[in-house]
Amino acid sequence: MAFWIASSPHNHSQAKTSVLMRLVIYAALPGIFAQWYFFGWGNIIHILLAVTTVILCEFIVLSLRNKKNIRKQLFDGSAILTAILLGICLPAIAPWWISIIGAAFAIVVVKQLYGGLGHNPFNPAMAAYVMLLISFPIQMTSWQPPLALMTIDLDLANTLSVIFTDFTKEGYSVQQLRTSVDGFTMATPLDTLKTNTGLGLTVFESMESSIFGKNFAFGWEWVNIAFFIGGIVLIAKKAIAWQTPLSFLLSLFICSFIAYSISPDSSASTMFHWLTGGCMLGAFFILTDPVTGATSTKGRLIIGALAGLLVYLIRVFGGYPDGIAFAVLLCNMAAPLIDQYTRPRTYGHQVQEKREEAK
Amino acid sequence: MSTKVEPELPTINDTTELTDAIAPDDAALDLAKQARKNEYKELAIQGLWKNNPGLVQLLGLCPLLAVTATVTNALGLGLATLLVLVCSNATISAIRHWVPKEIRIPIFVLIIAAFVTCVQLLMNAYTYGIYQSLGIFLPLIVTNCAIIGRAEAYASKNPIKQASFDGLMMGLGFALVLIVLGAIREVLGQGTLFDGANLLLGDWATVLRIEVFHLDSQFLLAILPPGAFIAMGFIIAFKNAIDAHIKKRQPKESDKAIERIRVNFDS
Repeated sequence: MAFWIASSPHNHSQAKTSVLMRLVIYAALPGIFAQWYFFGWGNIIHILLAVTTVILCEFIVLSLRNKKNIRKQLFDGSAILTAILLGICLPAIAPWWISIIGAAFAIVVVKQLYGGLGHNPFNPAMAAYVMLLISFPIQMTSWQPPLALMTIDLDLANTLSVIFTDFTKEGYSVQQLRTSVDGFTMATPLDTLKTNTGLGLTVFESMESSIFGKNFAFGWEWVNIAFFIGGIVLIAKKAIAWQTPLSFLLSLFICSFIAYSISPDSSASTMFHWLTGGCMLGAFFILTDPVTGATSTKGRLIIGALAGLLVYLIRVFGGYPDGIAFAVLLCNMAAPLIDQYTRPRTYGHQVQEKREEAK
Repeated sequence: MSTKVEPELPTINDTTELTDAIAPDDAALDLAKQARKNEYKELAIQGLWKNNPGLVQLLGLCPLLAVTATVTNALGLGLATLLVLVCSNATISAIRHWVPKEIRIPIFVLIIAAFVTCVQLLMNAYTYGIYQSLGIFLPLIVTNCAIIGRAEAYASKNPIKQASFDGLMMGLGFALVLIVLGAIREVLGQGTLFDGANLLLGDWATVLRIEVFHLDSQFLLAILPPGAFIAMGFIIAFKNAIDAHIKKRQPKESDKAIERIRVNFDS
């Protein structure tokens, strides 16, 4: 009789793609809830729009490619997760076509043109976000301040009206929504800090602004903490590896700590860098993408550290206020090379140099 | 496009049938004539479709991707490249017997550079607006691989007539790809076609401007270089899909040889 012989690994994880994807989606829920609590319905509407588009696009491309089992691939959750991550990243009051163009680009160009799930070199959600950011800079930077700071009441009906017609039911424009009581346009904390530092103000003077709140960044800090909690759950459930987020956060911490110790007037605190923008979302939900990230343990540590450094450099010296998406794309490019040089030693084999020494 | 230049085959066939009665010299002449016509047809098909410099050879991608943000720019560069390609092919073919093999490349480059300078000065004089918007990519036609490639591969080995026809077809193929790419990017980017055509064609051309749809905000990706790469990829994929479709529809040549089992009854 013949034995069935297979190469290693011999012990396979029985978890299906859909189970893993569903777990990641559940873990993102606290963050989405925090976004809803501080910024209103906008992101949820964008998530719904993106999910619809993504399913439609995925179905069209899969049927064009004559794939069997379309139903299974369509609902394996990967496309839906992409849509949710994209919807979370978008400014809450961006127009409706932003999320539709972004979601279609993510699925058709970034994911399916490269060969579908498991073959895409770039993270679809982040590539779509970068595409939108460089294509529509005005719409993609009109961030809405937290609800508590707004002078105009933004309920569900008003948000829908802004997203689909650019105006609230009372006729306020997006620009008016962003105006504070004093008549200033309010931006995100990162954006404000960057502009003010450029104007020669110190960090402490900038922090006086109401959008920074009492701690670091009003609203944003709680959104980031919620994503952090979701990320911890993912690590506890072993859905993602702990190396990438840890080295990313450490790297960002070290960079901002060095800058803060040298010149506290012109650089923000370490916790500000951790708790603003898309830091926690990037660390736990995007950099840990099993397809586009590194796969070896050492490789993950290197990718995380590289991403942290890039995010800090882009935030402080770059042209954009937040750099998570750009850093992730650059790391995606570097991932195959990093994996190449950090291959773990196979059991029973020696490292090349040692073997030569032994001879 | 290739249907335009198809030779009228029936007339040739008629003449060849008649030649039986006439002197054999004429028959040979007619056969040569037919062969030449076929050669021209082949050149046209090669330049416009099968061996298109932009889509198949992927030569001259630098100007192709850089200046195709609008149809007008694409048309300007396409015409300039076409003119240089025809002139350089004809000249190189005319002097092919006197060019030493060892230093042919510098000579080709010099000839091409001379024509590019002419075209550049002409555009500077008569279409200043387009001259400015093409910028560095107009003098850079000198380094366009499509031109030097045709000089090396075809013009330096063939007579003047064929060489200039080859230049015309290759140039047309290149210009067509430029225009298609420019049209896609212009429509996606700003929703117009032939915007600024008066810079190239004179003041009457202002009426050519078509507003396909109105965009409140430009789709910058289509105007920026990444959009050129993505659109180019889609055009190449579309061309390959058409080729695959044509190949599929052609009846398969049955090359199944009938095998006979030879039975030797004697043994």
